[in-house]
Amino acid sequence: MEVTEVLLPGVGIRYEFTTAEGERIGIVAHRSGDAELVRYNGPDPDEPQSLLRLTPEESDALSEILGAPRVAERFADLAKEIPGLSAGQMELPSDSSFVGKTLGETRARTRTGASIVALVRGEDVIASPGPEQSLQAGDILVVIGTHEGIAGVQAIIDG
Amino acid sequence: MHVSATLLMELGAVFLVLSFLAAVARRWAFSPVPLYLLAGLALGEGGIAPIPAVGEFVETGAAIGVVLLLLLLGLEFSTTEFTHSLRRHLPSALVDGLLNAVPGALLGWVLGLSWGGCLALAGITWISSSGIVARLLSDLRRLGNRETPSVLSILVLEDIAMAIYLPLMGSLAIGGTLGQMSLALGTALCALALAFFVSHRLHHVLGRLVDTQHSEQFLLRVMGLTLLVAGLSEFARASAPVGAFLIGLALSGPLADRARRVIEPVRDLFALVFFLAIGLTIDPRELVPLLPVALALAAVTAVTKVLTGWYAARREGAALRGRLRAGTVLIARGEFSIVIAGLAAGIEPSLVPLAAAYVITLAIAGPIATYLVGVLPARKAPRRRQSEAGA
Repeated sequence: MEVTEVLLPGVGIRYEFTTAEGERIGIVAHRSGDAELVRYNGPDPDEPQSLLRLTPEESDALSEILGAPRVAERFADLAKEIPGLSAGQMELPSDSSFVGKTLGETRARTRTGASIVALVRGEDVIASPGPEQSLQAGDILVVIGTHEGIAGVQAIIDG
Repeated sequence: MHVSATLLMELGAVFLVLSFLAAVARRWAFSPVPLYLLAGLALGEGGIAPIPAVGEFVETGAAIGVVLLLLLLGLEFSTTEFTHSLRRHLPSALVDGLLNAVPGALLGWVLGLSWGGCLALAGITWISSSGIVARLLSDLRRLGNRETPSVLSILVLEDIAMAIYLPLMGSLAIGGTLGQMSLALGTALCALALAFFVSHRLHHVLGRLVDTQHSEQFLLRVMGLTLLVAGLSEFARASAPVGAFLIGLALSGPLADRARRVIEPVRDLFALVFFLAIGLTIDPRELVPLLPVALALAAVTAVTKVLTGWYAARREGAALRGRLRAGTVLIARGEFSIVIAGLAAGIEPSLVPLAAAYVITLAIAGPIATYLVGVLPARKAPRRRQSEAGA
């Protein structure tokens, strides 16, 4: 799919693309975070029909809803593309000795070769957490590595 | 500390009345600027309800208002948008300057104004109000339209042309010998080069100077720096607004975004005081004889703006209605025409009432014209497809 970017000086950027069904869609992304969705199909080809206007919160929510499965999908693809690499997720049990400790203290990568690439805490996602990142009971760790490596991380945090 | 009760009460009453007027204007997607000018006119000497007590405050406030208007104009500047606009829309901007500045300059010549007065009038008719136009495009939901990028690019190029125009105007307005004027202009242009250098190479230094977590301190630092530089440039005979504009240009990136958010409410307040002050300085009795001239100038330069927009939108491959929309939306003149008249008040005092009448006319007529063109039935418009627009 080809997306054209049109600069709107002082306002933001307009993205335009044509859907598989042949509809020309435009998305006006304001500098302020507001967004407007338009469709070019009226009698005047230069003037689109305005479909939606979104506040910054609404457009964030929309992009999360539409974007989240895509991220997961690409994530799975990545694991598929490199033989031997897989992804897994695991919850930090409340009785783990690492509750309240930092990620660095688990020494997970040094010991297993697998990397913890993200931390999901409630509704928040902490992408590529650093070694100083503290851990809480119930955190979901997203791990990438070999099967053995992922099993190794599981063993470490359960301990 | 002695507080004048009359001053506070008069100011309070004025702000309340203006907030009501502004709300009415916004309700109909109009700019409140003409209403502020009219309010000033009504409250001034010879008006219906004179307010003598606020005089001193309004005078100081107006000076700060101009400085902040120009600071925000500078803050809007982004290098990517500027280079993009320059590369794609330079011919449109040249046509814009030629078609719209010339009628003003010609009228100045016919009226027998000085060189400075002619130049000021050229600027007044040339620059569209980026505030009014951007708001109209958003309110009338035209941001998705094909002609819109060309309209916005013209505004960006007009605004940046102010970087050369204002120092020139400032040095002419101060007067003096040719040597003094070229010295002032030279200083201003060096300062402009310095501002670009700072924004490109030294932005981290400037960032460290003004950046702080606390928004209150940030506001004070930006305001302090701006007023100081504005004062210095007034002292160097290059006029205060020019200095403020340069500070706006020098601040870039996230710093500029933040400064814009913090300064905007302050700007709104003091800009209002500035428009009010302009209205206050005008005696309605001297305005009346200037009305026919102002209206004729408005009519001519409305047509030239339509031609400008027509040309710019055609370059983008827009059809008839798109070209008319682009042309009519550009008609509105506003805050910067008034700023230029204010700058030139020292050499040509008659420009202030003329510019006020002119801006009031076009700030009201422009939005109406473009709204009407937008709702024209689309049936007769020739159908055009991507072929021409693909660029």
